[in-house]
This record gives sequence, C-alpha cells and structure tokens, in this order.
Amino acid sequence: MLELRGITKRFGPVVANDGIDLDVPPGSLHAVLGENGAGKSTLMKILSGFLPPDAGRIRLDGHEVPTGSPRAALRAGIGMLHQDPLVCLPFTALDNFILGREGKIDRAAARGELREVCARFDFDIDPDARARSLSVGERQQLEIARLLSLGVKVLILDEPTSGISSEQRTKLFSALRTLAGEGLIVLFVSHKLEEVEELCDTVTVIRAGRVVGERALPCPADELVELMFGDLVVSSARPPVEIGAPALRVSGLAAGTGRQAVTGVDLEVRAGEVVGLAGLEGSGQRTLLRVLAGLEPARAGHVEIDGRSLDGSSYEGFVAAGVHYLPAGRLEEGLVPGLTIAEHLTLAARLSDWVVDWDAARSRAEEAIEHFRIKGGPDTPADALSGGNQQRLLLAMMPEDLRVLLMEHPTRGLDIESADYVWTRLLARRDSGTAIVFSSADLDELVGYADRVVVFFSGKVLADLPAAELTADRLGTLIGGKVAS
Amino acid sequence: MEATIASIVAAAAPLVFAAVGETITEKAGVVNLSLDGSIALSAMAAFAVAFLTGSVVLGFAVGALLSALVAVLVAFSGIRLRLNQVAVGFVLTLFLAALAQFLGNPFVRQPGPSVRPMAVPVLSDLPFVGKILFDQNVSVYASLVLIVVVAWVFRRTRIGLELASVGERPEAAHARGISVSRYRFGAAAVGGALVGIAGAAFSLDVKLGWSDTQVMGFGWIALAIVIFGGWRPIWVALGCYLFGALQVLALKLQPVFPGVAQILPSLPFPLMIFTLVVVNSDRLQRLGERFPFLGRLLVSDAPAALGTNFEI
Repeated sequence: MLELRGITKRFGPVVANDGIDLDVPPGSLHAVLGENGAGKSTLMKILSGFLPPDAGRIRLDGHEVPTGSPRAALRAGIGMLHQDPLVCLPFTALDNFILGREGKIDRAAARGELREVCARFDFDIDPDARARSLSVGERQQLEIARLLSLGVKVLILDEPTSGISSEQRTKLFSALRTLAGEGLIVLFVSHKLEEVEELCDTVTVIRAGRVVGERALPCPADELVELMFGDLVVSSARPPVEIGAPALRVSGLAAGTGRQAVTGVDLEVRAGEVVGLAGLEGSGQRTLLRVLAGLEPARAGHVEIDGRSLDGSSYEGFVAAGVHYLPAGRLEEGLVPGLTIAEHLTLAARLSDWVVDWDAARSRAEEAIEHFRIKGGPDTPADALSGGNQQRLLLAMMPEDLRVLLMEHPTRGLDIESADYVWTRLLARRDSGTAIVFSSADLDELVGYADRVVVFFSGKVLADLPAAELTADRLGTLIGGKVAS
Repeated sequence: MEATIASIVAAAAPLVFAAVGETITEKAGVVNLSLDGSIALSAMAAFAVAFLTGSVVLGFAVGALLSALVAVLVAFSGIRLRLNQVAVGFVLTLFLAALAQFLGNPFVRQPGPSVRPMAVPVLSDLPFVGKILFDQNVSVYASLVLIVVVAWVFRRTRIGLELASVGERPEAAHARGISVSRYRFGAAAVGGALVGIAGAAFSLDVKLGWSDTQVMGFGWIALAIVIFGGWRPIWVALGCYLFGALQVLALKLQPVFPGVAQILPSLPFPLMIFTLVVVNSDRLQRLGERFPFLGRLLVSDAPAALGTNFEI
C-alpha cells in the first residue's frame, strides 16, 4: 500500500501541490490525470525523491520513506520514468542501465540482466548502442528495464506515450499490465483521457495542485473532463473547406542521410488545404518539413511555391516566398529561452527602426497576450511558460501573410483546451488561404483536422488519402500494418 | 632520437598533470578557468616552500593544496553561489598570476632544491623505452602513472561512470541517487590538486626556480589540450606530448633560422590552435559520421552540462 499524506510544494508564489493525499493498493494500474500544469509531474517527482516537498509524508507498506532523496526512494522501491527519459546520451545503453547501482561495476552480469528483462517484455535494445541513437521509446524501455532490475515496487511513468510509436505503446501497455498483475503499483501520469481509460483501473484527477476526484474505471469520459477542467470543453467542429490553386508543389524530392533520408516524394498542397503527415517517428516527415522550410538542402527534385521554383534557394528565399515553420522543439528551436514575450514579439516583427520603442512593444505584447490568450505578461520569459502557452506565443509570432505553414507536432504535450485553441487559430489561417502541412503522432488529430493524410514509411510516401475516408483505427493499421511486413 | 623523446616526455610532465587534472574537473561539469593563475601561484609557492624548508615533497604538497583550494572556490561559486564559473575562473586567473608575481618577488631567480633524477634499476636498461620511460625522475613517473590510472578509472570504475554522468546530465545522476554536488566538489578538488602539482613540477623539476614569466600561458594551453583530447585522458596526454614535441622542434630550429629565432619559441601556441581547428573541422566531423570507428577516435563531444549550474 502506497500512502501520500499532505504533500505540499511551492515554487515561489505558485502552489504546485496543495496538501495532496493519495492511497494506492498493490497491483493497481492507477492513473494520475490532469491538464498541463495541474501539478502531476511535481507530485511524482516528490514521490520519487527527485524534488523535496515543503510538507508531507510518504509511506510504503507501512514504512516511512524519507522525502527529498532519490536514493532513499529507490531503496524503498519507488522508481520513476521521467517524461524525457533521463539517460546520458553519449553512454551506451548498458552503461545507462548500470549507472546509479551501488557497489562494483560488473558489465558482464548487467548485460545478462538487461537481456533478460528485455526478452521478458519484448523490448528490443542493443546493450552496446549509444543512448543518443535510441528513439525516445527505446530510451523509455531502457529506463523501465533499469528500474525493474532494481526491484521497484512502485513504478511511476510521467506522460510515457508522448513521442513513442504506436507499436511501442502497445508493448508498453502490455508490460504495465503484466507488472500490475504481479502486484506492482503502476502510477500512470497522463493528460490523455483515452489512454487512461484504455489502461488503468482507477484514476485520481488533479486540478490546480489539488485532488478533485477519484474514480474507478471505466467511468463516463465527460465526467473526467469536467473534473479536469471544471467545465466541459467542446472540440471545434470542422467547417467546410474552400480549396484554391496549388500553393506548394514537390516533385521527386530526395534529401537527408541515413535514417532521416527521404526519397521520391511527390506532393501537392493547395491554398486552404490541410495535409497531415503520418508515420512512425523518423520515417522522413521531419526531413521533408525541414527541406520545405529551407533549413535543409534537397539532394534531388523540385520545390515550387505558387508556381515559382525554390530549388537551391536559401532559407531567406523560402521565408520571402511565404513559408513559415513551427518546429516540435518549441523552446529549443522556436523560442529563445530567457527572452520575454515582448522581446520575442519585437524580434518577430522585424522592425526597421534602430531604436526599439519598448513602450510600444510592451503594449503590442499585451494585445497579443489577450488575443492569443497567453498565460503570462509582456515581461514573462519564454522558458517560464507552459508548453501550451509557448505554442500560443509561437502562433502570435507568425507573420501576417503566409502561403505555406509547416508544423511539427502542433499539439504535442498540450492539454485538450490548448490543443483545441491552437487548431482554431490554424484553421483561421487556412480560411485565409494558407496551405498547412503538419506532422503528428496523434492519429485522432491527423484524421480530425487534415483534409488529406500522407503516410510515410522509411523515407517514402506509402499512401496519400483523403481524411474523409479514414478513421484513426484504419490509419493506425496503415502505419502499423506495413511495419509488420 | 631516444634522448629527444625522453626530453619531450620529461618536459611535458607538468602539462600532463594540469591537463589531466582539468579533464577530471570538467568531466564532472565544472570548468576551472583559473588554471594559468593557479599554476603560477602553485609554482611560486612550491618553490618558496622548498627553498625555505629544503623539502621538495613539502613544496609539492603546498602547491597541490593551494590549487585545490582555488578549484574548490570556483566550484563553490557555481554550486552554492550560482555564479558563472567561467567569469569567476577568468578573474581568478588574472588575480592569482599577479599575486604569484607579488609574493614571489624575493625568490626570483634564486637557486633552490629540485627533484632528483632516479633511474629505475633494470627497466632503464631496456632498449629504447628504457631511456624514455624509466630514466627520469619521480614526477615524470607519476605523470605516466596518472594517465593510466585516470584512464582506467574513467573506463572501468563506478566512480568514473558516475563522474561522467554528473557532467553529462546531472538530472539523470540525481534521479539515480548520485550526489551531483559531492562529485563536483570532489572532481574540482582532485583536478585542482593535480593543477597545483603541475605548477610545482614546473618550478622544482622542469624549469628550475621561480620567475613570473616561466609558466605564463601553460594553463591556457592545458585548457585547450583538454578540448583537443576530447575529455579523454589518453588523448589529452598525447596532446601534451605533441605540444612538448613542438616546443623541442622550435628549440632545435632556432640555430637553423637565426633571423626569426625570437619567434620560434612561441610557435607551438599557434600550431596548437591550428591542430584544434583541423580536429574540429567540419570535414573531419563528417568523415567521423561516415566511419563510426574513426569518428569515435577523432571526435568527442564536451560533457553536455559543462559549466552549467545544476538546480532541481
């Protein structure tokens, strides 16, 4: 039995956890559900000793677990898989597996143990591969294998399904079911309702740092949504599309090297059309987007915007042609950590003045903040914003006139409300004649928002289908069906 | 030939101590930029202590202690005070060099004690390697042992693995129950002590005696060699020997080109920069991508968390 009592944690003026109590019996698949910034991750980091709480106690099987020490938590049998798996990238998988063990290093024995755990759960990890070359899903499997080999009794998983393939997700879920069957406590942290419903037996919903409800599953979805948000959010319906002339035309495109390569891509996107790129992570979608954004050169083939060839053009050439790219790494590639909202908007405005009029900049920022409903002030640094608000800032920074908008995982890691909002803004762009091309790992998003879905497999276009003929299930089999063969 | 190589190995010993020491410190993510000043201070203090007490060992001990304290101060400013390690190290370099000059005034160009040569019996009679490796003095032997020991610790031991994790991804180390700050303080202290030994080896072994210009620049070269060697002890040591060889070469060329004799001693510095440029060139990096074996040999990334302060 795991018991948390009165867990409280403040970050400056923000109360992330406000007296949280939680009881989980052994053998449970227990979900911790809540929107972004509800305090789920903080609570789990406290439970695993990663963060010290300001107040509160943890007991496991009647024994007090000292707080604020990862080692004490691990010794008591509490282990956590972080959202971004905490492995050292230049290390081999084996060294990551060993890292943190007490006593002498025995690589030969550890190799055997790693093989054993991997075989048991059908994980496929080469012990000698560098962690850098592993996909997010594989890094996750490695971390789970490590925690299991340490004999954890409580396994915490923080948003484990963002960034992994559907095949890896299936493996993960079946492993978690097996483990819970053996009496382990599995704590599954997520903001995705469907997953929680699919996997878990019980759920605790957290909102604004407090427990707002506990339910046994299955339980009506709208009841959970209401617990998460306080009031019900309705997904925007899709208005009919008016499609114009071809805005983007790609023919015989080849680019990238190694696993990231794409070859023989033909694609036409018309003004006002939304095209979704589907496929397993790293099947070429990212390379295609980067080539279309002018960030990577093409080895062969042609790219045209509005009938004008952009072959061999510089990034500036693509920008001048009306192309805009929003990468998946919002903070890493899209924003400048440390710069404020006002500074970002000023940079994006490309003013020609020598001297920046900060009063004007700040009032422009306030307008944008209100218009795009960003939670923050003109002087809030970008890295202090939540994922959803970073995406809103990126939307606010987009130039007025766009021909082609390229997006990578537009709503990855966002809660339902933010994701819905992002799409409202994107669809408004489409209505004004912008062609949108986006990649996503979320099948519902692809089917729900795209007019056409292009499926990628190992660097090639496998299928190009109207979304109206697709369901998420069928798309899933399309992506996964070819994997098996 | 043997004599030349033996003199390179001997002359490079202080550089090996400094560069391998800084490798240990940086491997944990702490960057100690105070090397040049630390070496000067330790060289002066080691000589002064040996001069006053007649004990070379005591000189080395004081030199090691002083630089270890400086390194711990740099680590403390980052870990506890959340200051920028680069800025603190840089300012300390200037301050310590001036301090060494000021305090060392009475000892300038005084004759004093030094490390005595000590051939290893039997082994020194081996052909070729005997002269190079076993007909030296204790500080040179120590520098050779140091390379092997540090390489072994990095590769084979739990401490080596945990040290690297702390410099690479402190969150990952912390999540596994490894104390990030303990490793960082420890690596700074050990690395700093080695930097101090480097200073002592300069004034008590290589360039006997103290003058404020004799160690100038070597700290910076050691810092560059750490990068050149890709934070791998054996490669770092090879970099030190390359620099030593360039120095000997410059010395030998002096009579050949009498017109530019004054410039030659400073030639190893730009040559070292040139080597760094080649090693880090795009072309070589791409070659490494194509041939992974070659890539691992030539290209090695800095510890990802180098110079950053870890906060949870």
